[in-house]
Amino acid sequence: MDYKTSDPHAGPRREDILPATTAAAVKVVVVGGFGVGKTTMVGTVSEIRPLTTEETMTQAGVGVDDVAGVEQKIETTVAMDFGRISINEQLVLYLFGTPGQERFWFLWDGLFEGALGAVVLLDTRRLEVSYEVVGILEERGVPFVVAVNAFPGAPVHPVSELRAAMDLPDCVPIFTCDARDRASCRDALMTLMRYLYDRAHKTPEPQ
Amino acid sequence: MSKADKAWDPGNPDRLYIVTKGCEDSNKAMVRLDLVTLIVARTETDPGLQPEHGTIVRMCDYPLSVAEISAYLTLPVSTVTVLLTDLLTRGLVEARPPARVAALPDVCLLEAVMHGLQNL
Repeated sequence: MDYKTSDPHAGPRREDILPATTAAAVKVVVVGGFGVGKTTMVGTVSEIRPLTTEETMTQAGVGVDDVAGVEQKIETTVAMDFGRISINEQLVLYLFGTPGQERFWFLWDGLFEGALGAVVLLDTRRLEVSYEVVGILEERGVPFVVAVNAFPGAPVHPVSELRAAMDLPDCVPIFTCDARDRASCRDALMTLMRYLYDRAHKTPEPQ
Repeated sequence: MSKADKAWDPGNPDRLYIVTKGCEDSNKAMVRLDLVTLIVARTETDPGLQPEHGTIVRMCDYPLSVAEISAYLTLPVSTVTVLLTDLLTRGLVEARPPARVAALPDVCLLEAVMHGLQNL
């Protein structure tokens, strides 16, 4: 890892500075399998050049040459890309593109906690990856929408078939999306917000 | 292929230990720091500060999220959290917690986000 902490000029570029009035942030996570276009989506809608945050993980070393009784530990670094969208003078939205392997998600303490929701990016060539991803989100109570990233040459399935294959309830939006297209990514986020909005309206107040 | 998917470089734990002075006790944090907690400096940077602390104070002239600080310092969020906890304890920076998102987020908050996205 390339540490630059001694660089006194480290920090945002002038054009990436948030207004002093920014009072709070919200976050949305983009999840999906390896190489499905999460980083592309984050980069497409971000107002800043996407940034990378890293986290270290300690693992017990695996090897046949270990001295008996001495456990070798290996530090590894996992990276997560993120971008930012200023909503207004007070509010800013951060978009996190989670690492491809789900076991790394929880290296970032509270990544899903307090998130407005998630966009699940789906690659129709590898549907099975998304089953697990959706399972984890459901387990953790994170609301999500499903965006099918249209890869050239990927099999095209009607949305109804994908919904059935993924066992998604009718209320969860599923739609096609091009992670390289800004308007398309914005629409994906908008669909998530409308979904959350409808949920907030439909659910009766607790007694 | 995304950078996040292929990054598997060995880290440098010794360096992280030194930066945080071996202080990993985040229990003393007065506020829980989220990836998107915004940090703003309360003072001008002081030449007497440890370099990492000084850099954070300098870059937080305007609000910056914990995730952004981690990215600009190329330090893990867990390390940055320890550094920020020191700075918060000493009153050198302030933390603006994320918008509260309950099981059902506030309708006004969602309306604001939708309005902002429309302008994108």
